[in-house]
Amino acid sequence: MSMLVLEDVHTHYGKIEALHGVSVEVNKGEIVSLIGANGAGKTTLLMTVCGMPQASSGRIFLEGRDITNEPTAQIMRSGLAIVPEGRRIFSGLTVEENLHMGGFFNNKTEIRKSQAHVYELFPRLKEREHQRAGTMSGGEQQMLAIGRALMSRPNMIILDEPSLGLAPLIIKQIFEIIGQLREEGITVFLVEQNAHQALHLADRGYVLETGKIRLHDTGKNLLANPDVQNAYLGG
Amino acid sequence: MAANNYRHALFCAIVTLIISFPILGFNLEAKGVNIELTGAKTSTIVAVILAAVAVFVFQAYRDSFMGLLGKLPKLNPLAGREPMEQSKRVKLESWVLTGIVVLALFWPFVVSRGSVDLATLVLIYIMLALGLNVVVGLAGLLDLGYVAFYAVGAYTFALLSQYTGISFWMALPIGALLAGLTGMILGFPVLRLRGDYLAIVTLGFGEIIRILLNNWTTLTGGPNGIGGIPEPTLFGMEFGRRIKEEGNTSFHETFGIAYSGEHKVIFLYLIALVLAVITALIIRRFMRMPVGRAWEALREDEIAARSLGLSRTAVKLSAFTIGAFFAGFAGTVFASKQGFISPESFVFLESAIILAIVVLGGMGSQLGVILAAIAVTILPELAREFSEYRMLIFGAAMVLMMVWRPQGLLPMRRIHITLNKQG
Repeated sequence: MSMLVLEDVHTHYGKIEALHGVSVEVNKGEIVSLIGANGAGKTTLLMTVCGMPQASSGRIFLEGRDITNEPTAQIMRSGLAIVPEGRRIFSGLTVEENLHMGGFFNNKTEIRKSQAHVYELFPRLKEREHQRAGTMSGGEQQMLAIGRALMSRPNMIILDEPSLGLAPLIIKQIFEIIGQLREEGITVFLVEQNAHQALHLADRGYVLETGKIRLHDTGKNLLANPDVQNAYLGG
Repeated sequence: MAANNYRHALFCAIVTLIISFPILGFNLEAKGVNIELTGAKTSTIVAVILAAVAVFVFQAYRDSFMGLLGKLPKLNPLAGREPMEQSKRVKLESWVLTGIVVLALFWPFVVSRGSVDLATLVLIYIMLALGLNVVVGLAGLLDLGYVAFYAVGAYTFALLSQYTGISFWMALPIGALLAGLTGMILGFPVLRLRGDYLAIVTLGFGEIIRILLNNWTTLTGGPNGIGGIPEPTLFGMEFGRRIKEEGNTSFHETFGIAYSGEHKVIFLYLIALVLAVITALIIRRFMRMPVGRAWEALREDEIAARSLGLSRTAVKLSAFTIGAFFAGFAGTVFASKQGFISPESFVFLESAIILAIVVLGGMGSQLGVILAAIAVTILPELAREFSEYRMLIFGAAMVLMMVWRPQGLLPMRRIHITLNKQG
């Protein structure tokens, strides 16, 4: 059963085509990694799923529903959550308030439940509950960004470069948490430059190159693929 | 470095001389039908030279002067103070606000008629500033044409009273709603814009409204304005010496007291006070509702807010509409207070002053904005004895203020929300 399907999606920025017909399928309960170099179109692909910008042709389905032409706000309220690149937490708000913003469309009881759940996943956030989010370390902010995305109780979560600018030890922790999300039945679509970690964790992987899917295989096979090793794993 | 400084200073001093000497150094005097050019008094020439010297000294030692200016914040007695606890601060703020309102209730009975009139104007500015505070301070949308909505409110009342004889109390909601509607209509196309671009579009919109009012002479009377706008009545009681409308009674006759022009002024003041309090309370309520958090979230990080499913258009539009609504409110009161309005009252400078109040008070902070509205309206009046220099003093006060406290008089402190475990 597929969670997210992209069928031959083209995306334009003005006259420039950034995605040249991309097809991706993410099944329920999977972790799928998308790797690619700078400027390959990884973030564009994610943003197209979220509807900003909208795909100029092709179709996108979320749990069988056509979301190609839906406005961003509606897509983001239908069981999909994204952790945007660069974390983008509300630095002036406390940790708890950030989490509450994540559950903006839920009622109080639901918020309380998901908040407790997030603190279980990230005990560190519980310690910092009333601290201003901007004063925390990069790793803690990334945890908060993931926690905030989980507050809406999504069926699927999209992570855009969660390892960006973090220390290796923190990256390891973050990836462990992502693995844990799969255990809970949340589908994960992971976009990473850190190809090694991302493919290790993933059930399947896609390699994006200049706006096209170049390779598609299981995570293990991609890790063993000599082309991938040369291009993304440092030989 | 030093030589360069002196050369620059000398250059500035010469420029000062070149600019000021021809302007101040000669007088044109009318002698019969001719105009004669005479040299100015020696004192003026000395003053010009002194000014040039002052410019030279300042430019030559500019770095050390500016350094001194940078040390000024240390004079601020509150600088090293620990921030107050939230619950305490909220309580203090409520007490101060209540105190201001109680004081304001008794104000008109102890001061002169002129002061009451000025205080009414202050209250109108408070309403305007509180409304703009939603747009600029909370939602972070720079609106330079806010006065347009003020004008819509004022002209709605003026026109309706002229053509249909509507009363103040009917016009108040209509004016506010129409202003809000105008805000919404304008908001739709422009809210995709951000920052500077939005500022320019709103600036243009403000001018369009003013020029429209100025040129649509058949409807609005153009630059001649509209007069004879009725004053508010109290349950059908008029405050004039004679009754203007059939069926109304007059205030002084009903209560059997001697007629006094002050009654009307005080009544208008009290209406403005009640409306200003209502405005403050409603906006305070909004700030604590989810929509208030949505405004702030969108201001802080648009992408993050959208990733959480907030609709950018809806959130911005709500801020814009609510801001415009209260401007319409204020406009109706203004029209009633003046009895006469013309496009002259709704120039860009008004927008700029309201924006200055919001910035000086501290964006987003209600108490700060209220204090700033009082200061900005009263300061030019207090400085009246300096006659033509008063705007200079006003400007200098603003510059100093921004150097001292760039975040405003009372910067906004967010109320931190915690989810109580029981409720």
